Amino acid sequence: MEKKLGVYICKGCGIGEALDIERLEKKVPPKIKICKNHPFLCGPDGIELIKNDIDSEGVNTVVIAACSRRVLYDVFDFGPAVIVERVNLREGVVWSHKPQEEHMTGEEGGPQVDELIQEMAEDYLRMGLAEAEKILPAEPYQPEEPINKRIMVLGGGVTGLSAALEVAKAGYEATVIEKEPQVGGFAAKLRKQTPWTHPYENLQEPVIEQIIKEAEAHPKIEIRTGIEVARIAGSPGLFDVTFKPTGTKSAWDIPEPVEEVEGAEAPPQPPGAEEATPENPANILAKNPDAERFGAVILATGWKPYEPKAAEEPKAEEPKEGEEPKEGEEPKEGEEAQEAKAFEHLGYGKFADVVTNVALEEMAAQGKILRPSDGKPATSVAFVQCPGQGTDEDFPYASSIISMVALKQAKYVREDNPDAKAYIFYQHMRTPGQNEYFYKNAQQDEGIFLTKGDVVSVSENGNGSLVVEVNDTLLGENIKVSVDMVVLGTGMVPTTKDDPVLNLAYRQGPAFRDLDLFEGYCDSNFICFPYETRRTGIYTAGCVRRAMGIQECREDATGAALKAIQCIESANRGVAVHPRSGDMTYPDFFFQRCTQCKRCTEECPFGALDDDEKGTPLPNPTRCRRCGTCMGACPERIIGFADYNIDSIGSMVKAIEVPEEDEEKPRVLILACENDAYPALDQAALHGLTYSPFVRIIPVRCLGSVNVVWIKDALSKGIDGVLTIGCKFGDDYQCHFIKGSELLNIRMDKIGEALKSLALEKERVQQVQIAIDEYDKIPGIIKEFMDTIEEVGPNPFKGF
Amino acid sequence: MTEEQRAEEKKGSILVVGGGISGLTATLEAAEVGYEVFLVEKNPYLGGRVAQLKHYFPKLCPPTCGLEINFRRIKDNPRITFYTLAEVENISGAPGNYDITIKLNPRYVNEKCTCCGECEKACMAKIPNEFNFGMGTTKGAYLPHEMAFPMRYVISPQIMGTEDAKRCVEACQYDAIDLEMQPQTVNLKVGAIIWATGWKPYDASKIDNLGFQYQNVITNMMMERLAASNGPTNGKILRPSDNKKISRIAFVQCAGSRDENHLPYCSYICCMASLKQATYVREQYPEAQIYVFYIDIRAPGFRYEKFYKKIKEDENIFLIKGKVAEVQEDPSTKDITVVAENAVTGEKIQETVDMAVLATGMVPNTADTKLPGGVKCDPDGFVVSDLAQGGMFATGCAVKPLDVISSNQHATGMALKAIQTLVSS
Repeated sequence: MEKKLGVYICKGCGIGEALDIERLEKKVPPKIKICKNHPFLCGPDGIELIKNDIDSEGVNTVVIAACSRRVLYDVFDFGPAVIVERVNLREGVVWSHKPQEEHMTGEEGGPQVDELIQEMAEDYLRMGLAEAEKILPAEPYQPEEPINKRIMVLGGGVTGLSAALEVAKAGYEATVIEKEPQVGGFAAKLRKQTPWTHPYENLQEPVIEQIIKEAEAHPKIEIRTGIEVARIAGSPGLFDVTFKPTGTKSAWDIPEPVEEVEGAEAPPQPPGAEEATPENPANILAKNPDAERFGAVILATGWKPYEPKAAEEPKAEEPKEGEEPKEGEEPKEGEEAQEAKAFEHLGYGKFADVVTNVALEEMAAQGKILRPSDGKPATSVAFVQCPGQGTDEDFPYASSIISMVALKQAKYVREDNPDAKAYIFYQHMRTPGQNEYFYKNAQQDEGIFLTKGDVVSVSENGNGSLVVEVNDTLLGENIKVSVDMVVLGTGMVPTTKDDPVLNLAYRQGPAFRDLDLFEGYCDSNFICFPYETRRTGIYTAGCVRRAMGIQECREDATGAALKAIQCIESANRGVAVHPRSGDMTYPDFFFQRCTQCKRCTEECPFGALDDDEKGTPLPNPTRCRRCGTCMGACPERIIGFADYNIDSIGSMVKAIEVPEEDEEKPRVLILACENDAYPALDQAALHGLTYSPFVRIIPVRCLGSVNVVWIKDALSKGIDGVLTIGCKFGDDYQCHFIKGSELLNIRMDKIGEALKSLALEKERVQQVQIAIDEYDKIPGIIKEFMDTIEEVGPNPFKGF
Repeated sequence: MTEEQRAEEKKGSILVVGGGISGLTATLEAAEVGYEVFLVEKNPYLGGRVAQLKHYFPKLCPPTCGLEINFRRIKDNPRITFYTLAEVENISGAPGNYDITIKLNPRYVNEKCTCCGECEKACMAKIPNEFNFGMGTTKGAYLPHEMAFPMRYVISPQIMGTEDAKRCVEACQYDAIDLEMQPQTVNLKVGAIIWATGWKPYDASKIDNLGFQYQNVITNMMMERLAASNGPTNGKILRPSDNKKISRIAFVQCAGSRDENHLPYCSYICCMASLKQATYVREQYPEAQIYVFYIDIRAPGFRYEKFYKKIKEDENIFLIKGKVAEVQEDPSTKDITVVAENAVTGEKIQETVDMAVLATGMVPNTADTKLPGGVKCDPDGFVVSDLAQGGMFATGCAVKPLDVISSNQHATGMALKAIQTLVSS
């Protein structure tokens, strides 16, 4: 594209008063013929002025020197054919800097302006022009093969079947994969469900039968049972899935995952990477010609029951089957012993009549509740919600659903025998929202006794019944009750806790990331964006995300169905999904210069890159979220986007004018995350907070996209320091691209060494973390850095 | 080739009522599938309740962070049209084919506003700051908050016809203030409607025994504003009567909730909100004593349990199982005394504190405002969707008390239900 630039400087909102616009215009090189100013550029006249130049002068690249690009985006939009570059003079210069008497300059009779503020504006204009020269309009990515719109739903429980139905009702095809011989999962093993409609008081009939019937009858739904996934290869719109009979081995099984440290310099060689041949299917790159193609995946493999460690002898019976049980590894010995001790006093595994809530539910679904020890009807049952022993924590993997289940099962006890008694011992009755009505209803039942209490022990009393000893009850005393059975309110362990389930043929491994953050659940770390995963096109729903009730599972399944459809449609349009939804650009690799260092493959937060036997990256553009982390990671600088690349930002850095040392005007480059830090800078300006006029700020897509070459360029041209401002990292990371700020921090550590070799102080390059609402900290952060720079003195490379 | 040209034609459009987090999510998720969406919000800005929060639990991250992303998604999406200061006046038709009448209330500021702030400087009149629940004031010409989207000033109807209104007009160099602006009507045709009308805090003045009439008794939502850096005290938690620093504070749980005389249901979020607010206090006052009076701590699930566990480690946070019977004020010191009975030990507790926070619950906006189009509600005012009929779907806290994560899950699902109506009709 032949570029024709037009430069438009706004004088409104205080810009015209604080700056000498004529001087500013002179900084535009003469080869750019169109450079105009306007008192109110965003007004109808100003827009008309620009539109006229586009129509009659052929301007196709518009440089708007006015306000922040975060505002008036709609006014300064001239259609997809016109590149718009925003130079932030308002928030970035005049609102965030107050003129100082001692810096005022200007010819007599002419405008008097603060020299330092004027220089700032001039730099920003030069930087904007430099970037405008380097960026190209975005072109959507179009894969060679057509995008497949069928959705695979893993798990045929209530969540999976609901998801398939929702997908089908929206006009898309769904295939349900269930490893058991029949669908339905645990939802098919219930006697009743807790209420989900007004008045929320009484048990309701299970919904699963109707859902199964509907799913089986729907022409767009295919249900396959007794199979599981050997591997999922490919990317959204182009997933290639190999199935196998449940529990069997397949030549297409994914090799054991390799321990890998994100951001590590020398990643270990994945197994099989040396021999990438179709004859060696252990290699994750090998393509199964018989694989089936899908567009997106919904992971709904649910949960398995938490199995408390037996008190004494090992339990004879098999673990109870959950919705999607998985053969899991046994916990480490220490953990096991610890858990056994924590529950020893409850007699589980020691007394046959101490059972889990799962066992009781299955029994109740089949008929009356009978004592396992002798088959007699249970006339009194104690429900233990909290293992006690001084803590008020529920059993591991419990949630509000476990409180609801205890109330429900207490009602079963009463249903089976009007004279029976149910005791519920809890620390916190967790019945949020309208579930409170169900709790209240149970409280009114004279046969259900509810009390907070610390369960001290469960013992035998010799006549075949059990004695539960409870301290600190609401009755104001310690009590002992004699019961036929004790039911433990155990939790729901996600099937992904110790099984990758997905078996992704991805270089970064077969499972979801971040599982350790969520105790094995596949949850999103983003409160605002609950369906975000680090594996594009794969969305989770139901109890694999967190313990939830059936109604919530169904609702969650509907959301996951939408996300799967949305991902397919986005891939079809050639645009990114969240958080850069609609972005058409995608990373372009100049492979001739690739040194196979694998950093891009390793660092991509979304596992978008695989690599071949030599280590050359193999991009999967429909997995890509366009954060630019690969671009930041690449030491050869061969990765870039049409509108955001090493050269576009590098040219901005180079456009900064660095005054001679004796002018005593230091220069500091700030690379600010556009998602949080840059908005915080805008807000600081809006509040009239000011900071040093010696800084030059460049917004970046994510700190992960910062290539250290920009920092080196800045320092080698005499810029005194570089500050990067990005999102908080750690367990509660706020980075929208998961790891961006953390990855840059690792790269920055390494930069220290490089600086030393140039005899530059490591203090010249720093990173700070900021949240979007911490705009009030901006002046302090910048001041502190400027003080540091003053302390270490001018960059000796000035003037080189 | 533009994105639009590549997209397959998606027929039909959706109306989303309410621009809080649920409505934003429903809007964006549907639009990003490829459907046209109209979003209607009654406030002059989008973001709803969450825009007023300092942090989300359990991550303690600012809601504006996600809102910024959502607003950018709106900016980048040509399929979304949103209206602020707008309300749905009339609905007729059937699933797949609704005629909608929207009333746009005057903002008195037009699209020429650059947000320069000169009108605010010129305006002398101060009005109570509604965004801060009446704590502090704004000018009669104001920006609702600095992250407001759209970034555009509002002239309060309260200064209409005054000298101040004229001063604002004169101060604006951009001809952006139009005092003659009249309500407008917009007619839309849509195939499906999503109600994301949200909630409001229970009116604490209705709870006689909890002392909301005292200056140093505030609600949990007020606490959010008090602790937020863009709040009335720039984020400093000071007691309202004398702006004194605090050393003792009480949180009164279930203020109105789980109470037959007020809200019989549990409002879901208040336990976690108070535990979160305890961290606000702790951050500013390392030594402060924090009392939380509760019936049950409802911190369900591994993430909330983990957060609760961390709070329990703080030796100066006292979690007391006992419903508060009474809140008193010492008229001379303005100190607050919270009277409760410890449910376990039975002992009567009296804690005198600098201030108390009432964890007031959630009331659906539909409890006292009837929606047009024959929308049904349960006796608590929560909207009941007729999924079999389709066409209209409620989401978020219009349906049930929910946290933000669940609201967003729900809203994403309801976006699909709306799409299904379009597809099937």
